[in-house]
Amino acid sequence: MSTTTTATTTKLWGGGKSPFDVEYGKLMMWYFLMSDALTFGAFLISYGTIRFSTNGWPDPNKVFKSYPFAAEGVNAPLVFVSIMTFILIVSSVTMVLAVQAGKEMKKKAVAINLILTIIGGIAFLSCQAWEWNHLHSEGAWWGMNPFLNADGSASSTNFTNYFFTITGFHGFHVLSGVVINIVMLIMTLTDQFEKRGHYLMIEKAGLYWHFVDLVWVFVFTCFYLI
Amino acid sequence: MSHTATHEDHSAEVRKEVTKVTIILSVLTVIELALGFYMMGIEAAGTRLLIKGTIVILMLAKAFYIVAYFMHLKHEVKNLIMTVCVPLCIFFWFITAFLIDGNSFRNLRNTYDPHFKEQSTIKVEKKEVEHKEAKEEKVEKKEGLQLDAPRTAD
Repeated sequence: MSTTTTATTTKLWGGGKSPFDVEYGKLMMWYFLMSDALTFGAFLISYGTIRFSTNGWPDPNKVFKSYPFAAEGVNAPLVFVSIMTFILIVSSVTMVLAVQAGKEMKKKAVAINLILTIIGGIAFLSCQAWEWNHLHSEGAWWGMNPFLNADGSASSTNFTNYFFTITGFHGFHVLSGVVINIVMLIMTLTDQFEKRGHYLMIEKAGLYWHFVDLVWVFVFTCFYLI
Repeated sequence: MSHTATHEDHSAEVRKEVTKVTIILSVLTVIELALGFYMMGIEAAGTRLLIKGTIVILMLAKAFYIVAYFMHLKHEVKNLIMTVCVPLCIFFWFITAFLIDGNSFRNLRNTYDPHFKEQSTIKVEKKEVEHKEAKEEKVEKKEGLQLDAPRTAD
């Protein structure tokens, strides 16, 4: 047994099988995620460069300080966004469980965890929709920035432009993730994966979903914390 | 039979790992948020920078746990890990070069552009009208949303 393992590891580049030891689709998903990481990286680095090249910047704690159904003029920075962060982490966990259930060929567990993941994704999108709507009602939008710099000087529209572009791009990824997960759920419920004999497709959808969570870790830190 | 047993063992192992990583991610997030709250009351630039640095390190730790365990990369063969991680090393250059460039641009403007320097020292009561004038049409359509903004006739 051990000799076979050694033989296969040394012959990963020997031909006849994938040297990456994963199926084609999963490898391509990884490559797609790398390119997506570069896109998001470029966005965030551009944001960082502009922020480094200006003297003042709005204080996120004074901008993001409200939550739904809050009283007018409430001051609760970081509260709403931490709820959003935890929603996304939890939905990532249910996705891992769905992938694991898929490996064990447990159709019911896959479906339940996928439904939970979809609910998490929709909850996150709803939170983001509320936040955008709230900021817009305060007069913030692309090209409009009602917030002053932290030091009281006049701010440029860079802050709102980057905020709406990057969270919008991320939100669009969440939306596509939810759609992909809904497709996976339909395929699971219609026994497509049972017929194929494997749930490998769920793993690829899972990779995408985790990537969305990963990007949020960076967006959350860059926009709300620092 | 023995095959089924190992399968069940493996499943329990994975679940244990998922629980562990979930707890780690939650704890890291809570620490990040605690640092964020702590930072609100601090004025000193040096301390703020230190806290921000800590938050960035915690962020990278979270990213590692998500990629390594949730995305399963740690358990893949070395070839796959390398083909994903090595190209992303470009970020070391990307981040360093651009942030240094941005910083240098600010220093240059502060040194050679008196207007830029002066702008950042003037305290304003309310948001400048300049940007609103550019968006005049939009503002008017909003009907009373921002009409309280003073209009300068210059």
